[in-house]
Amino acid sequence: MFVSRSMTQKVICIGPDAGIFEAQELMAENKVRHLPVTKSDGRLIGIVTDRDIRSALPYKFFKKAPSEEEKQNVSQLKIKDIMTSNPITISPTYTIQDALLMIQDAKVGALPVVDEDSMLQGIISVRDLLRAFINVLGIGEPGTLLCILVEEKVGQLKKIVDAITEENISFGSVLVARYWDKDMRAVFTYLLTLNVAHVKEKLTKLGFTLLEPMEWYLDQLPKNE
Amino acid sequence: MSKRTGFLYDERYQQHLTGNYHPEIPDRLPAVYKGIGDAGLLDKLTLIEATPADLKWLESVHDANYIKRFESACSIGHNIFDSPDNQMCTASYEIALLAVGGVLEAVRLVMEGKLDNAFCAVRPPGHHAEVDKAMGFCYFNNIAIAARYIQQKWGIERVGIIDFDVHHGNGTQHIFERDPTVFYYSIHQHPTFAYPGTGREFELGKDAGHGYTKNSPVLPGQGDSEYKALMQRDLFPAFEDFKPEVILVSSGFDAHIDDNMSDIKLTTEGFSWIIETIVGMADRYSKGRLISILEGGYSIRRLPELARNHVEILLNG
Repeated sequence: MFVSRSMTQKVICIGPDAGIFEAQELMAENKVRHLPVTKSDGRLIGIVTDRDIRSALPYKFFKKAPSEEEKQNVSQLKIKDIMTSNPITISPTYTIQDALLMIQDAKVGALPVVDEDSMLQGIISVRDLLRAFINVLGIGEPGTLLCILVEEKVGQLKKIVDAITEENISFGSVLVARYWDKDMRAVFTYLLTLNVAHVKEKLTKLGFTLLEPMEWYLDQLPKNE
Repeated sequence: MSKRTGFLYDERYQQHLTGNYHPEIPDRLPAVYKGIGDAGLLDKLTLIEATPADLKWLESVHDANYIKRFESACSIGHNIFDSPDNQMCTASYEIALLAVGGVLEAVRLVMEGKLDNAFCAVRPPGHHAEVDKAMGFCYFNNIAIAARYIQQKWGIERVGIIDFDVHHGNGTQHIFERDPTVFYYSIHQHPTFAYPGTGREFELGKDAGHGYTKNSPVLPGQGDSEYKALMQRDLFPAFEDFKPEVILVSSGFDAHIDDNMSDIKLTTEGFSWIIETIVGMADRYSKGRLISILEGGYSIRRLPELARNHVEILLNG
């Protein structure tokens, strides 16, 4: 789960002396919202976002067609005038978990990935993290989600995994989450099968409680902060 | 108004064996038959006999290589095909061909005007089967092949498919998602909680087929009233616009409250409302032409009454 494996390697970059319209076109063409700004040797010096560009454009650009003079003025603007210099970066050897926490903390949409010499290696965006998260959840493949309530003691998960494995069912993912009763844990198994009736019966016989998914879902929805 | 209703039932469909601890078992069909027979409905129905489907029609949906791959897996005695869910026996290929063939026969009788509608009690089911992959107990996509047969053999332009099996018919959706001539509507348990994880509200078809796929996911624990509200909101206006010339139905009975394959709580009456509603749509848009094809439904205790009501409504709708 390293950043180097999940990042976008073919990065669309721009130079500091490029014009603002050039950046806008690059973003539209490649459907990206972040352009790392690099020197000719590949060292990262900044980042420019679609929002930086919009903020730099006078209001008239949105309301009606701007005059030639206004266009002229804006086209004088260079990337180095509007970019964020010395942006927050991440190392390719960091993990996806690091990236999740850093992006949340910095409230940005993407982090340029640079090595020790500030050379740009890639970019990791919220989009890349989503892809990684879908992969972790296993939901790219067909399956069924079970919620199993277990006492918090050693060996419970093993029992569940053994019971499911005996049924010859593969796992898409297993997530363990806190339950409102502090001595209990909720185990979410995403099973790559349609045939869950028998394994559900078996888990119940082993003494596990199968939660109604909605019970969990509604009661545990996080409050927006 | 009473209707001429066909009933496809063939004991050979029980020869597709799925091994231990499998819910899709041969006993499902005698349960269906018993419910219909005990209610004295068999005399009112036209029994349809199955013959194996012509490969040409299978190939209107499936890759030729896939069909061969399935045939040889059966003949060399593999008991699993493509996924551990798809347990089978050496007869499974032949029986799957018979399932498609029986459905096409039912379609033919309806299209020739000899029947108004029909219920096809087939195994194996079909709506999870993809162009080149068996999934979720399904091998050949019976309903998709029926739709292509209707279009290619009978020159029909617009076919409407309604799928009320509790699981999303991924195969059927994918086969038609770029095709504006086949409307696929499915109502099923929300894909976050249930197999196969597709059929989300935002899946609306692709390219030229955008707007010709519609999904109504239902949350676990919900039942009759939510089904009614969702079908009224999503299906009614869609078919009013589309005006299908024939309606095909993927009839799965596994959303029943007593069926342990889902967390949906439809009652027996809820199922009756669904099929009554669909029969009404067929009267309105497709001259009554409706072919209902069995998909899931695993409660041996409930299948008799569900099948009885289903057929009774087709007859009397």
